[in-house]
Amino acid sequence: MGKAFGVVLTIITTISVAIFVSRHWWFPEVASAHGGAMDHQFVETFVGAAIGFILAQLALAVFAWKYGEQKGDNRPIRIFPGGVKWLLVLAFVYVGSEIILLEFVGQKVWAAMYFTPPATDSLQVQVLAGQFAFYFRYPGPDGKFGPIHADKIDEASANFFGIDPSDPASKDDIVTAELAVPVNKPVELLLNSKDMDHGFYLREMRVQQDMLPGMQIPIHFTPTKIGKYDIACNQLCGLGHYNMRAFLEVMSEEDYQKWIVQQASLQ
Amino acid sequence: MESMPMEVQHHHTAPTSFIRKYVFSVDHKVIGKQYYFLAIFSVFVGMVLSWLVRIHLVWPNIHIWGLGVLSPTGAPGGVMSPDYYLSLLTVHGTLMVFFVLTTAPQAGFGNYALPIQIGAEDMAFPVLNMLSFWVTFLALCALVATLFVKDGPPISGWTAYPPLSAVGSDAGPGLGMGQNLWAVSIALFCVGSLLGALNFIVTTVDLRCKGMTLMRMPLTCWAWLITAILSLLSFAVLFAACVLLFLDRNAGTSFFLPAGLLVNGKLQNHSGGSPLLWQHLFWFFGHPEVYIAIVPGFGVISHVLSVFSRKPVLGYKVIVGCLLSIGFLSFTVWGHHMFLSGMSPYSGFLFSIPTLIITIPATIVSLLWLGTVYGGRLRFTTSMMFGLGFISVFVTGGLGGMFLAQPSLDIFLHGTYFVVGHFHMVMGVAAIFGMFAGTYFWFPKMFGRMLNEKLGKVHFWITFVGVYCIFMPMHFIGLEGMPRRYSSFVNDAMQPLMPVHTFMTIAALTTGAAQFIFFFNLFWSMYKGAKAPDNPWESTTLEWTVPSPPPFDNFGGKHPVVSYDAYEYGVTRNGKDYIMQTDPPGQPASS
Repeated sequence: MGKAFGVVLTIITTISVAIFVSRHWWFPEVASAHGGAMDHQFVETFVGAAIGFILAQLALAVFAWKYGEQKGDNRPIRIFPGGVKWLLVLAFVYVGSEIILLEFVGQKVWAAMYFTPPATDSLQVQVLAGQFAFYFRYPGPDGKFGPIHADKIDEASANFFGIDPSDPASKDDIVTAELAVPVNKPVELLLNSKDMDHGFYLREMRVQQDMLPGMQIPIHFTPTKIGKYDIACNQLCGLGHYNMRAFLEVMSEEDYQKWIVQQASLQ
Repeated sequence: MESMPMEVQHHHTAPTSFIRKYVFSVDHKVIGKQYYFLAIFSVFVGMVLSWLVRIHLVWPNIHIWGLGVLSPTGAPGGVMSPDYYLSLLTVHGTLMVFFVLTTAPQAGFGNYALPIQIGAEDMAFPVLNMLSFWVTFLALCALVATLFVKDGPPISGWTAYPPLSAVGSDAGPGLGMGQNLWAVSIALFCVGSLLGALNFIVTTVDLRCKGMTLMRMPLTCWAWLITAILSLLSFAVLFAACVLLFLDRNAGTSFFLPAGLLVNGKLQNHSGGSPLLWQHLFWFFGHPEVYIAIVPGFGVISHVLSVFSRKPVLGYKVIVGCLLSIGFLSFTVWGHHMFLSGMSPYSGFLFSIPTLIITIPATIVSLLWLGTVYGGRLRFTTSMMFGLGFISVFVTGGLGGMFLAQPSLDIFLHGTYFVVGHFHMVMGVAAIFGMFAGTYFWFPKMFGRMLNEKLGKVHFWITFVGVYCIFMPMHFIGLEGMPRRYSSFVNDAMQPLMPVHTFMTIAALTTGAAQFIFFFNLFWSMYKGAKAPDNPWESTTLEWTVPSPPPFDNFGGKHPVVSYDAYEYGVTRNGKDYIMQTDPPGQPASS
């Protein structure tokens, strides 16, 4: 029984590691400036975790294989060499070095997204989530957003942001159902929700942030690849949660200028 | 430390009527079994619900027999709707976390074995003990009732994040009566757990028999004591949170609801609250809860590994220290559930540090288990197999935590199947392996008969391979960024991953089917199993000194005196390789 356990566990360990290492299932290709560092950090964590995983599972497999009791077995038990001491040292060194390394590396990635302010020339876009759609608002030539008035939100008249038409800051705002940004230009998104806890998940950009009613949460990143990407809601928001999505289109600067002029004319 | 003289301990006589003996019993052994069967019922329902959600993910149009009758609106004609998927998911999570993982390892086995293991006749407050069970029973009734109310169970998940859970039926199906019942159920559950925790702590501190010093207690008792302290501190907070949620829903308060909420076209009459407050309160409970589920498993596994390796557990004192530090640290890490919630990113970074630090005691404990197994004379009983399996799944699940503890990696992995795979492995599967190990170990004592070992082995093998087939692939599709809590995947990029879902569903159905072997073994052996001797496993602790099953007052009026540590194996004395804790003191045994 112990031998069987050893064999099965070794097979499970081998298959699991092989699938990870083959990268058959892996992150979608990164398309933002900060994303590479995050992927790198994942790989570092993965190497550390894989070492622990393989050693622990194989040790268990070997012990189960080796130490099964036989009939009339009178061999004395053996205490682990060195007793507790070396295991404690191992735990502190293995986990301790992982912690120091990962916190050091990880802090930089986290800080780049959340502790540093966005570049001053960032394109600001306001995002409003509601059951079960995202809407986007560009500030227009004046660079200012008017306030969101919850009582003025009206889907029927397409006033998705609750814009007060008499407000001068809101007059030139451009509201769209799709997020478009020029490539290689920093973007700052101002995330709002009108009803539930929603999630804003952009896989290829390595961006995710919850959107909470009553708060405006800023995030910033720089897209580096032209393309169309999926924006998914990733916080349970109701029965249509699975179907709540929008698109991010990263365009060349010229295409973006054409697009924004066209959107302005549709308001 | 000297314990109280036996005369001061409470004393009650054995009941004779059926109701006092089996229903409203104050006997800790009966209450332990009641909790155990409550968990068995819950795990059965929870498992069937997990099949339904897994089936819906891969075969959404399949007609499921009987489901249309249970919920004509949620599953018209037996075909699940997307919102009924969420309803069943909520009940699955709530049942499993509260009524299985919190109930069986602590209240079930703890109630049964703790008093006997420390040499007491009963728990400190037997009537309170009965009350805790029946309050928990009411809590279960309230939760099960959500399946039968018109609107069905809530769709807000087991974490019940507001505003979804707080604004009422405007927000979606199940959020009216269903969500109210959910809040009542959890509040009641908190009350039951608080009463139980008090009882565990007082019993362990006050009712240890002569010679049973704290450091002679089996590690199971340490684990139950520490878990009880965690329960006492965390369920109090969850109770308050549930009351506030109930008030927000029904009394017009705004603890969790800000101004300007526009739900389903209706402006809500609330202002001044914060949905983040619920998340803080919930996870302040929620993270210690993870350890409430797993620490009793640590105790059982340390115990079982030692018994069946015929070796003293390696580093007894270190394990006690690790359990204490895990308990303490578990109250400092709740923010790692909220890295992306909108709380300050500085606190996100701060919370990641204790989250990684808590892996140190967890790693030490795992290494000590390996060190315990090393060089032993392993007896591969079913209990031992689940013990070895526990180490494997706990290490696997725990290492997933190394990724999720880092806020910057959480940006990608949060809310994906990677998280689902991680927590199912580390707290679900590992804790359930602890329960299986405990069941195969204590069943002979509890019911006076042996479980069938052959069926046990079949059960083990299918379960062990099965859980890897279900939960390992979840990590892979999590790397692709597949979101959890989606009833279907409309995004084209997710379509290539659907065969993985099919594989996991088939694995879940197979592994689930194997549990029927266990259920059959359990109920068949209860009546038809071979008669159990007093000490079938040649184990040292006090429960094995009394008959199987033990008499009403556990020790038949005798007062046990303890002279030895809990894990004296691998010695030679009187032709045996172990010394009972109650053996008379003598010459130090040669090893």
